[in-house]
Amino acid sequence: MTTPSVPRTVRILTARLAQACGVALMVSVVCFLVVQQLPGDAAYRIAAGRYGADLVDSAAAQGVRQELGLDRPVWQQLGDWCADLFTLDLGRSLVTTRTVVDELGPALLATLQLAAAALLGAVLIGAALGTEAARRPGGIVDRMCAAWVAASRALPPFLLGIGLMVVLSGRAGWMSSAGGDGLAALVLPALTLAICLSGLFARIIRDAVIEVHQSAYVQFARTKGLPERVVIIRHTIRNALVAVVPYVGVQAVVLIEGVVVVESLFSWDGLGHALVHAVFWRDVPVLQGASLVLALLIVAINTGVDLAVAALDPRPRHAGVTA
Amino acid sequence: MNTPSRRRVVSLTATLTAALVTTACGGGGASDRARTIARVVGPFEIHSLEPTASNGLFTRLEVADTVVSSDVEGTLAPGLATTWQPSADKLTWTFDLVDGARFHDGTPVDAPAVAASLTKTAADAASPLAGAPIAKIAAVGETLNISLSTPDPTLPALLTHYSAGILAPSSYDGAGRVTKVVGSGPFEVTELELPSSITTRRFTGYRGDQPTIEGVEFSVVGRAETRAVMAASGQADVVFGLEPAGRQRVDAADGVSMASALQPRTVLLKVNGAHPALKDVRVRRALSLMLDRDRIAEAVLREKDLAATQIFPPALATWNQPDLEPLTHDVDRARDLLTEAGYRPSADGKTLERDGKPLRLTLTTYPDRPELPPLATAIQEAARAIGITIDVAVGNSSEIPAKHADGTLELALLTKHFALVSDPFVSIAETFAAGGAEWGVMNWQDPALTTSLATVAQQPTGPAADAARHEVASVIQEQLPVVPVAWYRLNAAVSDRLGGFVIDPIEHSWRLSETTWVP
Repeated sequence: MTTPSVPRTVRILTARLAQACGVALMVSVVCFLVVQQLPGDAAYRIAAGRYGADLVDSAAAQGVRQELGLDRPVWQQLGDWCADLFTLDLGRSLVTTRTVVDELGPALLATLQLAAAALLGAVLIGAALGTEAARRPGGIVDRMCAAWVAASRALPPFLLGIGLMVVLSGRAGWMSSAGGDGLAALVLPALTLAICLSGLFARIIRDAVIEVHQSAYVQFARTKGLPERVVIIRHTIRNALVAVVPYVGVQAVVLIEGVVVVESLFSWDGLGHALVHAVFWRDVPVLQGASLVLALLIVAINTGVDLAVAALDPRPRHAGVTA
Repeated sequence: MNTPSRRRVVSLTATLTAALVTTACGGGGASDRARTIARVVGPFEIHSLEPTASNGLFTRLEVADTVVSSDVEGTLAPGLATTWQPSADKLTWTFDLVDGARFHDGTPVDAPAVAASLTKTAADAASPLAGAPIAKIAAVGETLNISLSTPDPTLPALLTHYSAGILAPSSYDGAGRVTKVVGSGPFEVTELELPSSITTRRFTGYRGDQPTIEGVEFSVVGRAETRAVMAASGQADVVFGLEPAGRQRVDAADGVSMASALQPRTVLLKVNGAHPALKDVRVRRALSLMLDRDRIAEAVLREKDLAATQIFPPALATWNQPDLEPLTHDVDRARDLLTEAGYRPSADGKTLERDGKPLRLTLTTYPDRPELPPLATAIQEAARAIGITIDVAVGNSSEIPAKHADGTLELALLTKHFALVSDPFVSIAETFAAGGAEWGVMNWQDPALTTSLATVAQQPTGPAADAARHEVASVIQEQLPVVPVAWYRLNAAVSDRLGGFVIDPIEHSWRLSETTWVP
């Protein structure tokens, strides 16, 4: 009780670690069971993934079935996977026979890169629009901002992506539609996602800024003669962030789950892409691995948000202290 | 008081825009690669380095050679072997290997290396070689000898398949897995990223003429829409797998044109010959007559000429029979045939039924080839018009062999490639085998057809073989154990910068080593 900030961080980390373990176990089991319920014969599907539709026949499927032990009882296959997971061994892809770590490592990096760029873009566009709209609620910028919010939420990412691709890549020839090297390939998918997310960011930032602006402490800061710039930096931004940061966290989660469409449109080899393929080809180890990574990523983001909010907002929340 | 904040907003926006534009322009499209590396884009993923599971990419990109090759007409041509001949008893084939060939690691392409590579392929159940009666593959001096347990005249054709691409001993690890692709073709792999890209450069130690282009960058782009934009804007030199809408976009664009060739591939309805309704040839004929193939081909494939008039497309020159009476569209005749088969309109008049059971069929298909689901819907609609209810089930392609094996398949819409290996006989004999085929006939056989196939197997050329091939096509046209729907055109958008690009209808190779940059 004497030093509330240290136990609070530790408490957050311990709780989240326990949560991560629980989530990992649950996601793995649920994934495994769901895949077992999918229609069709897994051996045929895996063979189709490996050899292509023109070469799949029952001999190839039988070869796959024997090689992977798919005729063993379900509980035995699940037990093996859980035992391997305990030793941090995620297994090998059934289709490519590479290890799941080799398969998903680059995909995770690619998705994080895309999500970070998209989030940064969305925050920048959202902050620019939101703070400007908050200056005169009901003014012309505010109304344009509201229109932007509606438009960006209503446009499906697929359509927006194709539109941007046709205009920026096809017509203007500024950038490659898909593939290409590093940053150049990142621009279009990141911009697509950033535009989709920016509307709600603008709205949240606008509301948070208006609320903070009208608060007693900002009024007081102005009364005591602080310049507007200092009021914004010292008082408005930090207090508005307390509301905005958790929202960024929520959006990051939505983003990570929602990159599938954009990744496939722009041939960005991320987790979403890997996940879709794994489902299609019944690549159970990759599917379990990808779901596990996604689930742990969400726990990590939530942990980051908790820690950030704890740092931004030092007011203790522990019942014992506030009482 | 407004100024500082507004300035901030403006500067933020400007920074963001500048950052985006800078990174965008930095990457560039195909222009900075012009005249060095050809950029090829397609939907084919690189699942594995193993030849059988490689989607044929290493032979198409001319990294790996096959012992026997084939030209654009599908005729066998020398590959790593210059000549080949069977022994008198036809149980041993001898292949003389080309002199001076080297693998990309500098080691010689000798008979032991070729035999070792082929032995691994023949042991892989998914390779067509696994189905051949191969007893032993061995190096005898400078020649490759393949012993068979029974004669098989199609062996050289089987060796043209991509799974039989020859890799150097250094390609394999201790467990026999391929860890890198070391072939002997005109291009060697410099970078490889599974599942999305392969980059090659010319192999300076190549035994033949050096390619003009310095190398090839192949990237996988999954969405047809994206590929269309890349083709139309010149971001790629060759783009495979365009849908009709994308082809129109390319036709309207400058600096790029479509190259195409009719493929030895047919879209067909696989029919379960033991199904209570479908075992009656009148019902199968009604299914065929109900199809307005011209309109379906025009609406879905955007090309009327692809409407199938018989099972073998014109691309299969020796098998296509121009004098065969074409399959036609005749709804009234279809209705009459169904009436003859005992089907009467139900009480509500919407469907046909026999013994109180409605004529209802499930059609299984898959989306790997994007035109299949729309074609299935068109077939469903044509059937509805004559009172047959068809439920379309779009799933994974593997459901067709799986449902064939357990006997639950009713109808399936699939595409059948008749020249996966360069001699179409191999695929045709398998498709119409008396015992049925997972990608062919099901619970159906015809003695005349089986005899004719045996005739062609024994003596592939001459008037007797021609007559036998005619008999095969005629029996299929009459009996309809599979119902032909459409033929297939393989196409690619090719940039005007790249000269000499020729489409190989059997996709043995993309022949990029023969292309040049147009000034």
